[in-house]
Amino acid sequence: MSVPAPDASAGRASLPHVSGLLAAHTDSWREHLDLLGPLPRLSAGQLLSVVADAGLTGRGGGHFPTARKLALVAGARNALVVGNAAEGEPASSKDRVLLGEAPHLVLDGLLLAQRVVGARLAHLAAPADLLDDVVAPALAQRRDRVRLVAVPEGFVSGQETAVLAAVEGRPARPVTLIRPLAERGISGRPAVVLNVETLAHLALIARYGAAWFRSRGVPDDPGSRLTTISGAVRWPGVWEARGGSTLGDLVEAAGGPTEPLQALLVGGYHGGWVPWHQDAADRPLTRAGLHDYSAAPGSGVVVALPARRCGLQASAGVVAYLAGESAAQCGPCRNGLPALAGHLDALARGRSGARSVQELRRLSDVVDGRGACRHPDGTARFVRSTLRTFGDEVEHHLAGHCTAPDEPTDATRRLPWLPS
Amino acid sequence: MAAELSIDWTRCEARGVCLELLPELLQPDDWGYPMSRGTEPRVAVRRALLADAQTAVRECPRLALRLTPAS
Amino acid sequence: MTNALWYFGRGFGVSALVLFSIVVVLGVVTRAGRPLPGLPRFAVATLHRTASLAAVLFLGLHVLTLLLDPYAQLHLTDVVLPFLARYRPLWQGLGTLAFDLALVLVVSSLLRHRLGLRTWRAVHWAAYACWPLAVGHAVGIGTDRHTSWLLGVVAGCVLLVAGAVAWRVWGTRFAAPAPPRRVAPPSDLAGLR
Repeated sequence: MSVPAPDASAGRASLPHVSGLLAAHTDSWREHLDLLGPLPRLSAGQLLSVVADAGLTGRGGGHFPTARKLALVAGARNALVVGNAAEGEPASSKDRVLLGEAPHLVLDGLLLAQRVVGARLAHLAAPADLLDDVVAPALAQRRDRVRLVAVPEGFVSGQETAVLAAVEGRPARPVTLIRPLAERGISGRPAVVLNVETLAHLALIARYGAAWFRSRGVPDDPGSRLTTISGAVRWPGVWEARGGSTLGDLVEAAGGPTEPLQALLVGGYHGGWVPWHQDAADRPLTRAGLHDYSAAPGSGVVVALPARRCGLQASAGVVAYLAGESAAQCGPCRNGLPALAGHLDALARGRSGARSVQELRRLSDVVDGRGACRHPDGTARFVRSTLRTFGDEVEHHLAGHCTAPDEPTDATRRLPWLPS
Repeated sequence: MAAELSIDWTRCEARGVCLELLPELLQPDDWGYPMSRGTEPRVAVRRALLADAQTAVRECPRLALRLTPAS
Repeated sequence: MTNALWYFGRGFGVSALVLFSIVVVLGVVTRAGRPLPGLPRFAVATLHRTASLAAVLFLGLHVLTLLLDPYAQLHLTDVVLPFLARYRPLWQGLGTLAFDLALVLVVSSLLRHRLGLRTWRAVHWAAYACWPLAVGHAVGIGTDRHTSWLLGVVAGCVLLVAGAVAWRVWGTRFAAPAPPRRVAPPSDLAGLR
């Protein structure tokens, strides 16, 4: 038996590289082994090194360098390694699709992460139906042991500490951290929680090497990224994009707009609106590229809002949803988010004065940073982005008009609740 | 800043004891929960108020406060 | 001399009962999170603690004088082990139990930060067992148990505590507001779902 080569790609030369995560789609473990070969026999140190060289960052919205995240926990006694597919964001389906298409790739990545950390057991957290329909059958084909943890489908249930709580058999609600996760977890055990897409990338990097991964993107944003493009596009779906792809590229990949667009919601419900014009279309889906719009890639969500839709009404619906998704543990969030939703709804219906806009700004500042998790922060960010991007529409609504043609109001487009 | 006062929001129930003991640093929000008086959500405790902050930590009926010395 | 000890012993006991009743009332007000006239919330809590230490002091004096009084026939073991006393074992036992619980309450409260919120709170509920035991002990034991003054004092304590508890229960008749209602996200922004 030959000694495993330190170069990840050695010995794999006979197998052509798959072009990306979704291309690693297989229906059985046998197929997976035929397509990608067995799990690479790299040591924990070698794995850490190749992941660091690849520049892989978290794909769950955090964008934290994966190698650093793993290194913080590696070697810790009794560490917890958890793969996270509890995709709480409604506008995101990439984790669900990835698990459905390439569960073995995700499992490979999870086992490799376990090897790096030196944990006795790895856990995979996902909605129950995915575990039953996809993950458990895939796992049964392998000789590996992974503990499967069902997580409810709520917006905050996918937050790292909420997932850890579920792993420990507690309700999936965020937990206040006194020490960093990598140090004491949520109850003493150092923990690392990695998004399943991050794990899938890990599994390919281990096989094909850092240079291959970097070549799939740009220096600023190496590798590829799964995105969920939806809204007024021809082919809504989960699309794998090269790093550095622009918003325009993404909309084109999804078939282009089906009608004139007003704005893109980038990064999901805790992200920001980007008005749709040429400058926006040229912006890459990176932190730096989106900085001017106070948006971030998040978990790769892009929703195309058509011009015929009222941006304020759409946003009001989002904030109402976010308010309902509060875990209700923290006073400022439990009370503040419904208040924000109420004011934005009144504004969207044209039933408010300038005071409502003041209150939206003030309440955003009140809730920001005052919770066990970032739910109030993200909601505040979304509200501020709404007021900024749809500022003109706000003025119209304060005067009792809505310029969006597609609202269920009368032909004069004057909002019906106001006295004529 | 001598220390930072952090609030465990999952424990806080707006009992208001800390608001009485640290009025220089904390004010009630719309629902009675303690809020920093500064522009940041973080509560920076200067040396002169350290003792009062420690009392607040001790007296909080929900054990929701923590004082971390600035590094 | 023994007469003096007997009088002091019962005197300290009645005082302890009155003080413990005040402690329970202050505890209820503390938990309700309400200030009292002239007393902000943190002061109410401090007063509750101070009063409990005073009550424990009188309780200690009550036990000590009776240990020294041969008429009481109280042994050291009877102070912590209930129902083994020679004089009125049942009623004495109630007092012993109340004493044990009072000790647990004080010690656990001194260690509140070490025990953690949930543990401390669970233990502190024992206060609602401790006080009735003390009342039962007071009415059942001792030569004064039929006197109007003792019964009057006990009735006063019971009314005080019952009143405070009733006030508290009535004040919580409106349950905490329900958590925000869950709604579906706008369908055109709900991605592929």
